Amino acid sequence: MAKEQWGSRIGVILAVAGSAVGLGNFLRFPGQAAANGGGAFMIPYFVCLLLVGIPICWAEWTMGRQGGRYGVNSCPAVLGALGGSRAWSYFGVLGLLIPVGIYAYYNVIEAWCLGYAWKYLTGEIVVSANLNSSIGDQTSKMFATFTGQDENGSLFGGQSSLVLFWVVVFSLNFVLAFRGLSKGIEWFCVRAMPIMTICAIVVLIRVLTLGPQEVDGQTYSVQDGLGYLWNPGGAAAEGEAWYAAILRPQAWLAAAGQIFFSLSVGFGVIINYASYLKRKDDVVLSGLTATSTNEFFEVCLGGLITVPAAFLFLGAAGATKGTFGMGFESLPAVFLHMGPAGRWIGATWFFMLFLAAITSSLSMLQPAIAFLEESLGIGRRASVTLLGGIAGIGSLIVLYFSENMAALDTIDYWAGTFAIVILATVQVVLFGWVIGVEKGFKMAHEGAEMRIPSIFKFIIKYVSPLFLVVILTSAVLTDILGIDLSKIHPNLPPAPAQSRIQQLVTSPVAQISIGFVLTLIVMFTVLVTLGNQRLRKLGLGQRLLDEGSEA
Amino acid sequence: MMIASTAAGTGLTTAGWTFMLCSIAAVLSLACFCYARVLFFDPKAANHMHAPLEIDTRDKGT
Repeated sequence: MAKEQWGSRIGVILAVAGSAVGLGNFLRFPGQAAANGGGAFMIPYFVCLLLVGIPICWAEWTMGRQGGRYGVNSCPAVLGALGGSRAWSYFGVLGLLIPVGIYAYYNVIEAWCLGYAWKYLTGEIVVSANLNSSIGDQTSKMFATFTGQDENGSLFGGQSSLVLFWVVVFSLNFVLAFRGLSKGIEWFCVRAMPIMTICAIVVLIRVLTLGPQEVDGQTYSVQDGLGYLWNPGGAAAEGEAWYAAILRPQAWLAAAGQIFFSLSVGFGVIINYASYLKRKDDVVLSGLTATSTNEFFEVCLGGLITVPAAFLFLGAAGATKGTFGMGFESLPAVFLHMGPAGRWIGATWFFMLFLAAITSSLSMLQPAIAFLEESLGIGRRASVTLLGGIAGIGSLIVLYFSENMAALDTIDYWAGTFAIVILATVQVVLFGWVIGVEKGFKMAHEGAEMRIPSIFKFIIKYVSPLFLVVILTSAVLTDILGIDLSKIHPNLPPAPAQSRIQQLVTSPVAQISIGFVLTLIVMFTVLVTLGNQRLRKLGLGQRLLDEGSEA
Repeated sequence: MMIASTAAGTGLTTAGWTFMLCSIAAVLSLACFCYARVLFFDPKAANHMHAPLEIDTRDKGT
């Protein structure tokens, strides 16, 4: 079978960066920072970047490239080849479940972004200032109606144009994926990332040059908005020291989680993307460059736009909503306050979010396409069609069961949160303990244009796994089992309103959604077994194909 | 443009300015260092992938 490959180094860097940069950079990060110590949050944030994000990123790039030398590209095959046992390939099922599961709902969110961009561009977004309800209430209602949150099945009743936008984004994703690595994904990312940068800078300049605004009788400036996010202490209680928030484990968990999900490590994507590199292609500097690109969008752009703009026009109430609330309720209200220019700024902003989303969703397709080609021996057309069917079912579940975003939330948690932590732990243990850090670093340094500081050997072997185990334990105890750890110590995380187990027991939508996730797991497990047999017959995944060559 | 804080808001404190500017500077420095190395240190490496010249990737043509 002819091998795919990247056309250029900057192409693979921008493709990986595109995979990482998403809505979370602009919408989730500012909220997490404001709620966990404000500017002081950057201390645990950068520590986690050094101890969790960058090391795991390097490990993934290295293992991916090494797997490619065995003639395989899918996560199961790469893990199986590097682990030296077929048992490791079954952990790779997570490297398929995660991207396909995430894609199922992420392309729906992408459709939201495209829909909003279109509505701003065409002037369709109109909020009547004559109505009694506030602009914030109206944008909230608009979001709920557009996304079908009021009732299951409402998106198919003609009240919202979201399904139409979803058809467009779903088709666009698969057309680009079908065109392949170089002419599809890379081609798009090399163009989309710079455009995204320009759009973000345009919005940034507009936000930073805004004049003072009156909110509920009080006047706020842009500096007040920036201060709300960046002044250390954040939402600290009255009388607390500025560093009090970051002494709580919650801030460190939030920082680790933000870094982790922001960099898209443990998704199975980087391992797949890197498998198309050659032995002497650098992975150290490339991985660091992709990481730094993600951090640029998150800290330099996301950190200066979203919360300050929301605070300036809406006060603290508008700046403390969750990810979707911030992006699709607060910011539309902000753009409406901007007058006529707000329409164009809004269009630019949501188009930028659409580009951020599509560069991420594209990356979710390639790992599964590669796997289907490898395990079934089918061509790209057949694998793309098959994957389209699987992903389409998942997306239709998300679109139909849209009430309170229940299906989206369930799939997001199990496939897009919990499974990622498990896969990342498996990967870092494989790299640090099975392959071994000495051998792993030797692999990483082949063709490298910079050397990884030796301290990272200790970090990858001991510190990164420890962080991941703590995150995993916290997730199991609080989110899944609903145990209130704050009863043990007030600084530990409290239990959520409803545990994930309770949700699965009481909610039919959660049951259907987890059914989709479990079906994917079973299907991919069977395919991994078939794939292992096929690869063994072809002599792939068992030995280095380029041993002795300098290429 | 940015103006001094009003009585209603606290504005950016010295610590806030410090955290903000140091964070942005750190990220920008890292990004600039990386891209300078990738694009200018060895220009050939930026576009060169160590692979055969002609290979059928079965990518769909334009």
